[in-house]
Amino acid sequence: MTGARIGVITFPGTLDDVDAARAVRYAGGEAVELWHDDADLRGVDAVVVPGGFSYGDYLRAGAIAARSPVMGPVVEAGRAGMPVLGICNGFQILCEAGLLPGALVRNQGLRFVCREVGLRVEAATAWTAGFTVGQDIRVPLKSGEGRYVADTATLDALEAEGRVVFRYTEPAPNGALRDIAGISSADGRVVGLMPHPEHAIDALTGPGTDGLGLFTSVVAGLTTAA
Amino acid sequence: MIVDVLPKAEILDPQGQAVARAMGRLGVAGVADVRQGKHFELEVDDTVGDAELENIAATLLANPVIEEWVVRRVS
Repeated sequence: MTGARIGVITFPGTLDDVDAARAVRYAGGEAVELWHDDADLRGVDAVVVPGGFSYGDYLRAGAIAARSPVMGPVVEAGRAGMPVLGICNGFQILCEAGLLPGALVRNQGLRFVCREVGLRVEAATAWTAGFTVGQDIRVPLKSGEGRYVADTATLDALEAEGRVVFRYTEPAPNGALRDIAGISSADGRVVGLMPHPEHAIDALTGPGTDGLGLFTSVVAGLTTAA
Repeated sequence: MIVDVLPKAEILDPQGQAVARAMGRLGVAGVADVRQGKHFELEVDDTVGDAELENIAATLLANPVIEEWVVRRVS
């Protein structure tokens, strides 16, 4: 059995690529470094777009990164069904790149939120197949522009199509519409969320191990498929 | 050319609200609302057409999901 090769992109200003790569390894996958300036996915089976402040959040959070060379093949592969996970700034990048609908804007109340949050897993996707739908997990949230917004028709469609993957179990601390913390593409292969599962994979360094499930889910899916 | 970008009216603009509240603290009366956006000045040559300018605004300078924009040519 060959292990799943999962790429982790580093942009200028990315912070959480090391933790994301570590989460991939904890889940039994092989983490492959991808560089923002190379339009090359190095033959990976899935991609994680990690958190941070790519390009200093210039213009809009994720806006410049979404138009960097590596994102061309990521968008193409994501549309073709490759599993892609965007975490925090990575979620903002996937929205800016058009892989996911809606946008992330400044938190209601303007306060940067940095604390553990409860999330309800509401959909089985490439990244959540190992959870039970309805399961509550706890992971850290750390963002200043995490308020998910989209027009009402888009929100209704996401709900109707089962594409709200994660919802805050409390009123969204950032004011996200309908308490949405994470969504997926129509085929459930591309997922973005504001909280950080990669920081909750080891009880020594995080609030628990709930976040590991995203990474074991995708590794299991890829190794079964292979 | 000038591109002015503002959050759409239906999008909550907490930064604009904070600015409006600060005006109240300064004793400025009569300002009902503030919306905060971005102002871009681009030097473009005459070969760049209106459609291309609109494309630049719609695909990069503004995010159509949350923002509206106005493109103006100035000499």
